[in-house]
Amino acid sequence: MQQVFKRPTSLKDVQTHFCSGCHHGTIHRLVAEAIDKYGVQERTIGVASVGCSVFLYGYFDIDVVEAPHGRASAVATGVKRAKPENFVFTYQGDGDLAAIGTAEIIHAANRGEDITVFFVNNTTYGMTGGQMAPTTLVGQKTSTSPYGRNKAKDGAPVRMAELLAQLEGVAFSARVAVNSPKNLIDAKKQIQKAFQYQVEGKGFSFIEVLSACPTNWGMNPLAANERVGTEMIDYFKLGVFKNL
Amino acid sequence: MAMITIDEQRCKGCGLCTIACAQKLLVLSDKINNQGYTPARINATDRCTGCALCAEICPDVAIAVFR
Ligand SMILES: Cc1ncc(C[n+]2csc(CCOP(=O)(O)OP(=O)(O)O)c2C)c(N)n1
Ligand code: SF4
Ligand code: SF4
Ligand code: SF4
Ligand SMILES: [Mg+2]
Repeated sequence: MQQVFKRPTSLKDVQTHFCSGCHHGTIHRLVAEAIDKYGVQERTIGVASVGCSVFLYGYFDIDVVEAPHGRASAVATGVKRAKPENFVFTYQGDGDLAAIGTAEIIHAANRGEDITVFFVNNTTYGMTGGQMAPTTLVGQKTSTSPYGRNKAKDGAPVRMAELLAQLEGVAFSARVAVNSPKNLIDAKKQIQKAFQYQVEGKGFSFIEVLSACPTNWGMNPLAANERVGTEMIDYFKLGVFKNL
Repeated sequence: MAMITIDEQRCKGCGLCTIACAQKLLVLSDKINNQGYTPARINATDRCTGCALCAEICPDVAIAVFR
């Protein structure tokens, strides 16, 4: 017998700090698999954001720059322009990318920077205790929306993958999920495609991944996983929104 | 012939593998690992097809698959 599934080389063999059932772990693995697939481990520079994925450097066996909250795509712009031969990606949460970092992501995308952005949407500020994010669903209770998100007051949840797809600088934009085998296999394909865009120098690629946060949703891992497949996908439709 | 191994100390007992396996071979055990979780274990090893879906969905990369 041969081993047909093993840990990617680019993912360090260490235990993560993620909660039980947190999809960050799955998404880390898929990104590491793509790094291995394209053979770019030695020339990949990851840009980590602030949030539960802040320890990117501890989990990926690659070089990582730590960006201030929200600024990952601005930092990645500098890294890629200084070292165009390197593969450069950011990994950002929804609080990071769609709230404090809105300006940075929109302008990096609009400039068509040749970077890849992994956007992990778990509808909340996970690391800091589950505050409302721009992606929090209408009616969703969080520590700062105890009566549920109110559309009249707080606006509707932002759909970043569709929003960025409108910008001329964006070459590839898609939304995927990792809650079921079927969605996961598709997520793997799209993540690899996003890599290919940069490897071929085709410009800015963006992947939104729907992600469970059992802890701050107040759910057990299976219920949280289920919520991704029902409530979240219902509003945040999966698909490819741009594919130049 | 196929088989899987589960790293019982790495596993966080989330149960996602139990719903991914079409053969329903995986369950959470009663014992508690070093992290305080009840790790997954496999029943009826001989029915494993080596499809690797349990390993694909595992957020903690605790499952290895052999075929
Ligand atoms: C300038 C600044 N403001 C606020 C914070 C506090 N802070 C840390 S993480 C975080 C939100 C993280 O949420 P998200 O990006 O969605 O990541 P998640 O933990 O959900 O993966 C905030 C507001 C900070 N570290 N720096
Ligand atoms: S708080 Fe949420 S996002 Fe953070 S590690 Fe736990 S489950 Fe994951
Ligand atoms: S490899 Fe497939 S059949 Fe075997 S335990 Fe995992 S999911 Fe079930
Ligand atoms: S998916 Fe992984 S961490 Fe979760 S119960 Fe199964 S083996 Fe353990
Ligand atoms: Mg978040």
